[in-house]
Amino acid sequence: MAGNIMLEVVTPDKAIVSEEVQIVVAPGEYGEFGVLIGHTSFLTTLKTGMLRYKDKGGSERAVFVSGGFAEVLPNKVTVLAESADRRRDIDVERARAAMKRAEQRLSEARAKEDIDSRRAEAALQRAIARMKISERRTA
Amino acid sequence: MATLKDIQLKIVGVKKTQKITKAMNMVAASKLRGAQEKAEAFRPYANKFAEVLGSLSDRIDADEEHAPPLLVPRAEVKTIDLLLMTSDRGLCGGFNTNLIIKAEKFMKEKAEQGVDVRLICMGRKGRDYFRRKKYNIQSEHIGIVGGKFGFNVAVNAGQELIDAFLNGETDEARVIFSEFVSMSRQVPTLSQIVPIVGVEKAEQAQEAEYIAEHICEPPAEELMAEMLPKQVYVQIFRGLLETSTSEHAARMAAMDNATTNCGEMITSLSLIYNKARQAAITADLMDIVGGAEALKG
Repeated sequence: MAGNIMLEVVTPDKAIVSEEVQIVVAPGEYGEFGVLIGHTSFLTTLKTGMLRYKDKGGSERAVFVSGGFAEVLPNKVTVLAESADRRRDIDVERARAAMKRAEQRLSEARAKEDIDSRRAEAALQRAIARMKISERRTA
Repeated sequence: MATLKDIQLKIVGVKKTQKITKAMNMVAASKLRGAQEKAEAFRPYANKFAEVLGSLSDRIDADEEHAPPLLVPRAEVKTIDLLLMTSDRGLCGGFNTNLIIKAEKFMKEKAEQGVDVRLICMGRKGRDYFRRKKYNIQSEHIGIVGGKFGFNVAVNAGQELIDAFLNGETDEARVIFSEFVSMSRQVPTLSQIVPIVGVEKAEQAQEAEYIAEHICEPPAEELMAEMLPKQVYVQIFRGLLETSTSEHAARMAAMDNATTNCGEMITSLSLIYNKARQAAITADLMDIVGGAEALKG
């Protein structure tokens, strides 16, 4: 291991992660990508999903991210997300409730391609991603 | 003249009012701290976002023909969405009035130019005022300013504005919010948010070096299209944070004044009370002396 890379996950509400990590795996728009120190700098949007990283001690951690993008520099990864949660902060009950709500709205507003159904769709995706991530812990 | 009892009751009443205003002052102070912390927490995101957007827009200007629609001003402006942020609650001095005056002035100006203004009210005070005046209120969001709100509030409001703009329903969107300058100064500010203006170019410092090497995925143009709506959300969110902070600061100042005024009132009432008491004692004494004199014969 050549060294650690700085990872920062920032949302409008607060900084979620700010630490040195061994490796970052992020859900890029064009597929998941991994970043080690010395990566070429690039910029990409992120899908709603799971960002994984190995911290300094080598234990793997997961963070939910949604509506974000990542800037990768050789020594630093910055993720700007509209919302993000560490795995332990995910509220499963809330996610499940959100999923039900979104599904219901979708079935009501099917066919209509308006704001509400777009919102519901996004909400559904977020809820599913959150639940997936928190299930990994129990597995 | 008011009787002693009346004055005493009044003093008690004013003291109670003073207690309330003092408590409200302290509540506003603690809420202000919360709002400031929130604004502080938002700063890293906003800064990074501006940096990335600036560096992206540097590269895109090369071909202006394909500029994203959110960046292109319309030649003719017929309809404007005006997002007005006010507080939900009163007792904060001229805070809401200043914002409303600003909005009304703007609407009057535009009406003279034959431009339609659709109002989107964030905050109860602004909505109530314009509803009373029978203005055209497009939509309203209550219970946001001054309380707890997340970024999604800004996203929803922003989407509304952007959709209306892209559909051709509106040609511009502006926002009126209260800029927090200092504890004693909050300035109502009007700024344009759609089409987007004032994307700052990346500074030509050494930072520009690595940014120039960025590989973009998806290509820079698409990435830009993805990021521009976020710029609108970021601006709205900033406006909300500033307005909330301003509201609490304004309320603190207003309540501080009220507490001082109550104090003054109590002082002057006490003076009147003491004078009246003294007068009553003097009158009683005169009675007694008069009675004694009469007995002496």
